[in-house]
Parts: sequence; structure tokens; C-alpha cells
Amino acid sequence: MAIFSVYVVNKAGGLIYQYDNYVPRAEVEKTFSFPLDLVLKIHDEKVVVSFGQRDGIRVGHAVLSINGVDVNGKYTAEGKEILEYLKDPANYPVSIRFGRPRLSSNEKLMLASMFHSLFAIGSQLSPEVGSSGIEMLETDVFKLHCFQTLTGIKFIVLADPRQSGIDALLRKIYEIYSDFALKNPFYSLEMPIRCELFDQNLKSALEIAEKAGTFGPGS
Amino acid sequence: MTVHNLYIFDRNGSCLHYSEWNRKKQAGISKEEEFKLMYGMLFSIRSFVSKMSPLDMKDGFLAFQTSRYKLHYYETPTGIKLVMNTDLGVPNCRDTLQQIYSMLYVEYIVKNPQCVLSESLQSDLFSSKLDSFIRALPFFSVRAA
Repeated sequence: MAIFSVYVVNKAGGLIYQYDNYVPRAEVEKTFSFPLDLVLKIHDEKVVVSFGQRDGIRVGHAVLSINGVDVNGKYTAEGKEILEYLKDPANYPVSIRFGRPRLSSNEKLMLASMFHSLFAIGSQLSPEVGSSGIEMLETDVFKLHCFQTLTGIKFIVLADPRQSGIDALLRKIYEIYSDFALKNPFYSLEMPIRCELFDQNLKSALEIAEKAGTFGPGS
Repeated sequence: MTVHNLYIFDRNGSCLHYSEWNRKKQAGISKEEEFKLMYGMLFSIRSFVSKMSPLDMKDGFLAFQTSRYKLHYYETPTGIKLVMNTDLGVPNCRDTLQQIYSMLYVEYIVKNPQCVLSESLQSDLFSSKLDSFIRALPFFSVRAA
């Protein structure tokens, strides 16, 4: 699996489509005794590790479940605050599952509009004349590719750094968007895309792109 | 291939150093505002990238490119940020930025007791060494404009 997700952003910076391709998530479950050898804090209504990495638990990982029961934000399934619950030695030993926090749909909306403005600033701070916005953003674990159409719609694909053929994929998604979203009489412009044919065709385009171009096995 | 400009920021967001070589377009705002805008963009990219990433990251944000230029980014664990804009043909510049930090910033700024850290750098020695270092890079060549 080498294509992680697809975002479509309208010209005002609103997220109108998002699809997460399957990503294997590293989740770790461990049994702890009192006191906990990790420092936890509340961040964005989630309990995350702020210090102390061990056994695959990393800084930034969130508490996903306690004793096998999924937590609800910063509260346990019974409605107690997680940090208070973990302060009580009577609750130990306790088994906690950690993993990267999942993006909520609100966070995805926020990230999409954040990228919209980063795109514009990237073009404004250009040392060369006539520059577009950010077309490709590179980190050590993924590459973000962005294609802006003449009408201002942005297609964003997150993929493995080694994945090739993304430019063709972006144009293919544009084609699918024109064929199955724009020609759908029930689709209103600039609004979230809820078309079954668009979904289906996008998924098959992603499958084809993944088969076509990765370097090296296992990616 | 060419190098456009270079920014050095400290961890509080003040611009310690700025120099430019082949810059064709100015941002159209004052330099102070440009530094703030650049730092704000980098800060947002860092947070954007850490949320967006499907896996745990080690180095984080490395570079981005537009249709006309490429921005290379390197951050030390102490929060010093080096940003270099080049044209698109330049490959990964992480080593170069690391050398600027270790061979120039540490040598001529950190080891100079008269340089106040976290203020705009005044050292002429540093500026001239940096200028000759950048001009000696294999991908630095002024194209006949």
C-alpha cells in the first residue's frame, strides 16, 4: 500500500472530498504497574504521550483503549477522566493500548483549509516570478502531491515517497471528477461530493496507480 | 541551477540571518514582515505535516517545491531553522544545510563570545564565510539572465 489518502479542496479552501486508503497502523498494547513510566497530557481532547518512549510507544501516540475497552476522547468508557483514573493506584495493573491518533472529520477540514493558505503563501514568498503554489511537499515518511486546476480546485494525494506516477494519477482524478461529479445532475458545485460512481472510479484508479509504480517490494 | 536565498531562524521565530544571491522577485512587503510570514508558514507546515502523516516521523518536513523553486528545510534539535531556496534541479540539500550549521554557525557565531545568540547576527566573518561557502556549492551558478 503506497497511496495513503486523497483530498479534494474547493477554491475557497473547503474540503469537499476525502478518502483514506487502508493504512496499517502501529498500535501497541502493554500492561503497566503503578506508577506509570510515561508522561501523559491532554492535547486536543485526547490523552497523548508527551514524554517517555518505550516498546513502540512514541511521543504523540494517543491512549486508544484501557483494559481492552475503547476510550472516548479524554474520558474512559465509564465517563471518568483518564488522567484521574490512572492516578489511582487501586486501578493497577492496567493494560493500555496506544497508537497514532486518528484524524476526526473536523480536523481534516481544518488541515485542508490550512493547506489552502500554505499553498498561497508558498507562491507569495517565491524568489522567482510566476510561481505556482506548493506542488509537492516532502517528509521522510510521505510525500504530498497537489494539483490545482485552472478553476481553482485542488486535488491532493498523500503517498509513499517512493511511489511514482502520481502526476498521472492526479490528472486521472481530475478526469474522474469531471466525469462523475460534475456531470451528476444532483451534484451542486463547491459542495461535498457524494456520488457513488465517483467513489468507485477513484478507488479503482488508486488500485491501478499502486500496482503501476512503486520501487522496491513491500511498500 | 542556482541558489536564490537563505534564511536562518531561531526557535522563537526571530530571523537571525538573511542573505540572497539570485532573487528575481521580492515578496512586495517589508523584510520584517516577510520573515514573519516565512516563519509562520514553516511553523504551520510543521504542525500540518505532523498531523497529516499516516506514520510516525523521524526527520519530519524536508522540502517543498512549486512550479518555479524548491525550498529546503533543516531544523536542529535546539530549534535553529535553516531554509534555503533553490531552483528545481537541485537535489536534496540536507547535508549542505547541516554543514552551514556545523561549520559556519557553530564555528563563527556560537564560538564567538561577542555574538549575542537569539539576535540578528552582526558578524562580518560569518557573512563572508557563508557567502563564499554558498558560491562554492556545485549547484551555484549564476545563469546568464
